[in-house]
Amino acid sequence: MGREADRKLITAERSGMTTKIKNSSRVYFHYITISLRSAMQYRVSFFLMVTGRFLVAFNGILGVYFMFSRFGHVKGYTFGEVLLCFSVIQMDFALAECIGGGFAMFSGIVRQGEFDRILLRPRSAVLQVLGSKFRIDRIGLILQALVMFAYGIAVSPVAWTTGRVMTVLFMLVGGTILFISFFWLRAAFTFFTLEGIEAFNILTYGAKEHGKYPIDIYGKKMLQICTYIIPYTLIQYYPLQYLLGRTDRWYYGLYPFGVAGIVLVCCAVWSFGMRHYQSAGS
Amino acid sequence: MRACKKYFSFFRLRFNMGLQYRMAAVSGAFTQILWGFMECLAFLAFRQADPAAYPMTVSATVSYVWLREAFFSAFRTWQTDGEVFDSIMDGGIAYELCRPVSVYNMWFVKTVAGRISVATLRSIPLLAVACLLPKPFRLSPPAGPVPFMLFVLTLFLGLGVTVAFCMFTYILAFFTISPQGLRMMFTSMVDFLSGAIIPLPFMPDGVRTFLELLPFAGMFNLPLRIYSGDLTGASMLRGIGLQCFWLVTLLLAGKVLCRAAEHKVVVQGG
Amino acid sequence: MITMEHVCKSYRVAKRNAGMREACKALFRREVEIIHALSDVSFTIGDGEMVGYIGPNGAGKSSTIKILSGILTPESGSCLVDGRIPWKDRKEHVRQIGVVFGQRSQLWWDVPVIDSFELLKDIYSISPAVYRHNMEELTELLHLQELLRMPTRQLSLGQRMRCEIAASLLHSPKILFLDEPTIGLDAVSKLAAREFILRLNQTHKTTVILTTHDMQDIEALTKRIILIGRGRVLMDGTLEDMRVLAAVHDNAAAAQPEQTEESLERIVAALYQQLHIV
Repeated sequence: MGREADRKLITAERSGMTTKIKNSSRVYFHYITISLRSAMQYRVSFFLMVTGRFLVAFNGILGVYFMFSRFGHVKGYTFGEVLLCFSVIQMDFALAECIGGGFAMFSGIVRQGEFDRILLRPRSAVLQVLGSKFRIDRIGLILQALVMFAYGIAVSPVAWTTGRVMTVLFMLVGGTILFISFFWLRAAFTFFTLEGIEAFNILTYGAKEHGKYPIDIYGKKMLQICTYIIPYTLIQYYPLQYLLGRTDRWYYGLYPFGVAGIVLVCCAVWSFGMRHYQSAGS
Repeated sequence: MRACKKYFSFFRLRFNMGLQYRMAAVSGAFTQILWGFMECLAFLAFRQADPAAYPMTVSATVSYVWLREAFFSAFRTWQTDGEVFDSIMDGGIAYELCRPVSVYNMWFVKTVAGRISVATLRSIPLLAVACLLPKPFRLSPPAGPVPFMLFVLTLFLGLGVTVAFCMFTYILAFFTISPQGLRMMFTSMVDFLSGAIIPLPFMPDGVRTFLELLPFAGMFNLPLRIYSGDLTGASMLRGIGLQCFWLVTLLLAGKVLCRAAEHKVVVQGG
Repeated sequence: MITMEHVCKSYRVAKRNAGMREACKALFRREVEIIHALSDVSFTIGDGEMVGYIGPNGAGKSSTIKILSGILTPESGSCLVDGRIPWKDRKEHVRQIGVVFGQRSQLWWDVPVIDSFELLKDIYSISPAVYRHNMEELTELLHLQELLRMPTRQLSLGQRMRCEIAASLLHSPKILFLDEPTIGLDAVSKLAAREFILRLNQTHKTTVILTTHDMQDIEALTKRIILIGRGRVLMDGTLEDMRVLAAVHDNAAAAQPEQTEESLERIVAALYQQLHIV
């Protein structure tokens, strides 16, 4: 009798959890709909922005192209291989800016008093921040990364297996989550000081820019730093080695899951920051 | 003389504003040091691949990277949060047109002041650190006293060229509705042509000769190469000549355009 | 029921001086000033009451509202709203309150007002039946029929304020905080807003706390006034009590007690000066 009641309670609690998640997802998608509608109000300008960003993003690859046309290869990597690496990082970043835009623009949210309004609503602050600033206009960058990726596949001899396809997927998911986490970390620090946040740009924009080359071209020390201090290699270097067939260790493809640790850290800093905000005022 | 005083007070105000953000400057300098470091590593990696094809010396490349990072804020062609640009977008510029000051001159002076202020704040710690790094990442001293003086001269001229160019973006933003997307494409193209993505010597020869004729090469590419002695003799003089030519041309064209646009606004009633 | 007991709150503000020399000095050392926003603030507000919360700028009004709504945590003292501590039980607490800031909009700027309302419906998990009922009532009383399809950015200030008030009431809150709701509104809109708030308090027994500089709002809506100055509660009573207090401090008025025609604005302004809070 008691067990029956327990089981009912557990299913009730779990369904409480699932309804919560369903509820929150519904609110999140509703936010995205509003973002889309907002963007469509300025159709022409939106289209020009997206096209603009699409074209602008080719600037970077043009630079790499000219370097390769002069030197042929770098530390054993061909142009196609670098293109694959570059496009995955670019896509990670574009997706992170799209989904995590709220964190990237967080100082603006606080400065304009929007965060106070967020605190006045009975929803998780993170959900609201992310939902309200979903950057649909980043689709230009996402498309550009896809084009680069397609070209990279065409130009580089990768022996595609299920494992390798899954690896790319993990790199994308893990990389996106990592970049969003760094935006999150920067947002959390905005609670403490509105200045001096620029240092965090290294983690995001810096990583995007310099992560276009596989990290080992920067040398062994950089490889170590990017493994033990800031885990970029988990989403770029190691899975890439397996992808390009330079190693047989298939488990390198699972390394992106390691970013879960960073997510926990960011969550903690954010909670601490929110409490500080509530005591310091704005 | 009174006009000069007026412009000087604009300069001072804007300069002071720039100094207020100390934490931003420190962390900005830190960011840039790391950025420059990574760039140097990338260049060195490429050099290893084919040393013969490398168009500059290692020390010249490293100096180029550090000097570009140091003066980066002075030479960017895109405006993110320039006070002038904001006032244009806000419409506060309508008040400016009522003042008995040439709009062009005021914008020019304000922009130059803002850029010098930020660049001074950023460049000093950056260059100091760059001089102390271990070889081969160290910023080497200039190639000589004459190259150094020419470097300083062309640096200021280059700032003039950059700001004269920015004037066009202001004028277009103020007097017409220019969509942000177009502006973005334009400034990124300029970035590439001026050597901000990769230094001009790394471009294929045909492309490079063409690019060196454009005004963008005179922005920071010229002074940075003079500093390290990468550019000397006849080609250097030709570069300086081109820089001066473009400076004058852009200033004149800008002023003419600005006056024409002002006239149109006044006649139409804004 | 709202209770505040001995609440204190201070802020640390960095001082910035003018001039080139000061700017250079500030590069290395920054002075910090401590501002006492609230000192020993206590009051109790019962269910269904309508209270006016007045004071000069910087007196501590917005700090109080922020503490009551759970955005800010006080240094010392306790605060209970409906048996909950606002900043501890944030999500449960904000479900029961509505806040209207006169200067900042809570509606999404580029989309029609109705879209904002629908999103709020999801955020507050309002049941369809309650939503429909509230929408009908609010649309009718605030005359929102033509406004619902318009994007927020196209609304005039008066129209926007009506929509703001509606937005803050969609989830049937028990308590409504109004921070300068009639600022910048024309006479017609002001009267409409006042009428609506009065009716709201009468029919739904919503507790209303009104912060405003407009004395006519106070006169029309509230029976009870709390006056705060330099972080302290200086008066908690009725309009008559305030007149008496002003008269006590002003000998000239005491000589002519029939001067009830004296505008409320003047009385309040004189009071601020007499109490040295402005």
